[in-house]
Amino acid sequence: MDVRSQVSMVFHLDKCIGCHTCSIACKNIWTDRKGAEYMWWNNVETKPGTGYPTKWENQDIYKGGWEKNGDTVSLKGAGKFKGLKNIFHNPHMPVLDDYYEPWTYKYQDLFTAPEGDDQPTARPVSLVTGEHMDVQSGPNWDDDMSGSIDYARQDVNLEKLSAAEREAMFQLERMTLHYLPRICNHCLNPACVGSCPSGALYKRGEDGIVLINQERCRAWRMCVTACPYKKSYYNWNTGKSEKCILCYPRLESGQAPACFHSCVGRIRYLGVLLYDADKIAAAAAAPDDRLVDAQMDIYLDPFDPEVIKQARLNGVADSTITAAQNSPVYKFVKVWKLALPLHPEFRTLPNLFYVPALLPTMATVSDGVYNSTSKSLWNGVESNRLPMKYLASLFSAGDTGKVTEVMKRLMAVRLHRRGVTVGDLNAAEISQALKEVQMEPDTADAIFRLTALATFDERFVIPPAHREESIEMLENTGDVKGNTGFGFKEKPVRGL
Amino acid sequence: MTNILLFAVLPYAALAIFLVGSIYRYKNRGFSVSSISSQFLEGKKLFWGSQPFHWGLFILFFGHLIAFLFPSAVLAWNGQPVRLLILEIAAFAFGLSALLGLVLLILRRLTNRRVQIVTSKMDIVVYAILLTQIVSGLLVAYHSRWGSSWFSAFLTPYLRSVFVFDPQIDAIASVTSLSLKVHVISAFALIGIIPFTRFVHFLVYPVDYLWRSYQQVIWNWSRKHIRTSRSHSEGHKSKNN
Repeated sequence: MDVRSQVSMVFHLDKCIGCHTCSIACKNIWTDRKGAEYMWWNNVETKPGTGYPTKWENQDIYKGGWEKNGDTVSLKGAGKFKGLKNIFHNPHMPVLDDYYEPWTYKYQDLFTAPEGDDQPTARPVSLVTGEHMDVQSGPNWDDDMSGSIDYARQDVNLEKLSAAEREAMFQLERMTLHYLPRICNHCLNPACVGSCPSGALYKRGEDGIVLINQERCRAWRMCVTACPYKKSYYNWNTGKSEKCILCYPRLESGQAPACFHSCVGRIRYLGVLLYDADKIAAAAAAPDDRLVDAQMDIYLDPFDPEVIKQARLNGVADSTITAAQNSPVYKFVKVWKLALPLHPEFRTLPNLFYVPALLPTMATVSDGVYNSTSKSLWNGVESNRLPMKYLASLFSAGDTGKVTEVMKRLMAVRLHRRGVTVGDLNAAEISQALKEVQMEPDTADAIFRLTALATFDERFVIPPAHREESIEMLENTGDVKGNTGFGFKEKPVRGL
Repeated sequence: MTNILLFAVLPYAALAIFLVGSIYRYKNRGFSVSSISSQFLEGKKLFWGSQPFHWGLFILFFGHLIAFLFPSAVLAWNGQPVRLLILEIAAFAFGLSALLGLVLLILRRLTNRRVQIVTSKMDIVVYAILLTQIVSGLLVAYHSRWGSSWFSAFLTPYLRSVFVFDPQIDAIASVTSLSLKVHVISAFALIGIIPFTRFVHFLVYPVDYLWRSYQQVIWNWSRKHIRTSRSHSEGHKSKNN
């Protein structure tokens, strides 16, 4: 058993209001620079939709992630042979137009325009070329566009649905959407790290954050393609790739990452998961129907004395073990089994888990009449407006049973709380719902509490980086004694 | 005098600048060492330029290297006319491929607005010198046949004399072929400007990727070592970055 600690995350999609505050917080801190304007380390997508960059989930286009190859996995579009073969031109790499051409407006024109009959306008100018441009698309161009021909209906997750099911999904009366905020998953089996020819990408041992060493990146661009979530971005100005750093300078000083901290809907949870690194290889190569279970098996019980013993032997700090025991992520993912990884079939073992959206409330259409009444207060989860097949394509590699189970658990909590707060439901019905998912009322209350009432400190249980030592996670203090600061010691300007 | 400058001084100046400059840049300006690919801004035309250009140069570079290191082997291979022809035609084809690629790359850079934005002055120098190098090389190959044979007998001794610090420039100075002289001079000039251009990227070609493991975990401070250490000295500080 090789116990390590991983800072991991849960996003509760039922609570996401799609306000993009997280994206803006991230943008203002990290990517408001030349060459990085188009990057959204944190972005919020509408599902069904094509996302950012367009159709990122379609690995027939981008060849991201790993594919099962007997008992092991190999990179789909990169790797030692393919990577070095394609080093002069990477055939599957997304280009600027697959994201969008970033722009600003010539606001000054509003003030300096000569007097005339027309209202002066601020024309958009490209942030790449500086020239006037017609805006074609943006990072959230599919926002709220459920049912749209260009966006929602192009969602690659619809491929598993029959034509009739798709049509039913986009009926005006039952059309729906939910938001999908995405950041780097800081995977246990990161494809970006595996694909980097220079070895610039690495996973930090202490907390599992995946980083790109800017000094070693040589712009071979393989990580951009290999990351199936398209969360490694190429800075066209500096000629270096960049990605979400999970705000590690904030984490090290005990603060939540900016996107977490600023989340208006309080959908985000961050905490430690202890995992067994020896099991990674087998879990990544698990058969499709076992993928989620195999990944869940990697994560260990932080209360198990044997796990604690092995963790200590491995150098995991006691404070980190305590953080793992209080981790909201551990509760959502392992104890309550409410959160699932996004696209486990990419086989990167992502450490960002999603509680799928139970809303909107279900209704049926009969004879063209939208009927929101049902025998009980809510219909069964199977009549969810988003078909289980669709959700399964997102969160469980196509296993509808897994998603249905999660939805039933969420529904049981809802029924239970309705019973507690309003009391208009049949008690037998509630206990039946709880029994079906083997949930105690106490557990349902705890889930409700962490979902709806959790305080800042309950949502973000950040393992102390030991501030006095945190600088040592980056460099040997002895080497730089007498110097001040850390990070870039030269201006990050483009090379010749 | 001019000959001494061009064939005895220039090589040493170029090699010295290359060595000192490259090491300095790698060590002290590591961030600037990059292939600064522009594929992200324009990907389709790049394919038709970059692939033939790089593969052509790649093969020709090793061809020259082999002729320099193992001249007798090349001469032995050329012993039969058929084999000589195969070698010469293949080499010429790769030269043409590099030229075609380079021309397409230049056109792409001149016409694509986005790529223009990331074009530096040194990129123009790079294109000029590469164009000189490839065109002169093709002229030499076409007019002074068969290069693969006389290279070993004629240029290898000169280059070797340079590397043993005893430059023998009589033979090269008496050459009448202008294209050959240009080819040699621009080759040294190319070596000399490596540290000041994007040429540095071929020095960091990631061969080590072949034998490294796919996953990389870096422990910045090995707590495991500290915890399990039996000595009083501090734990092992893992090598970072």
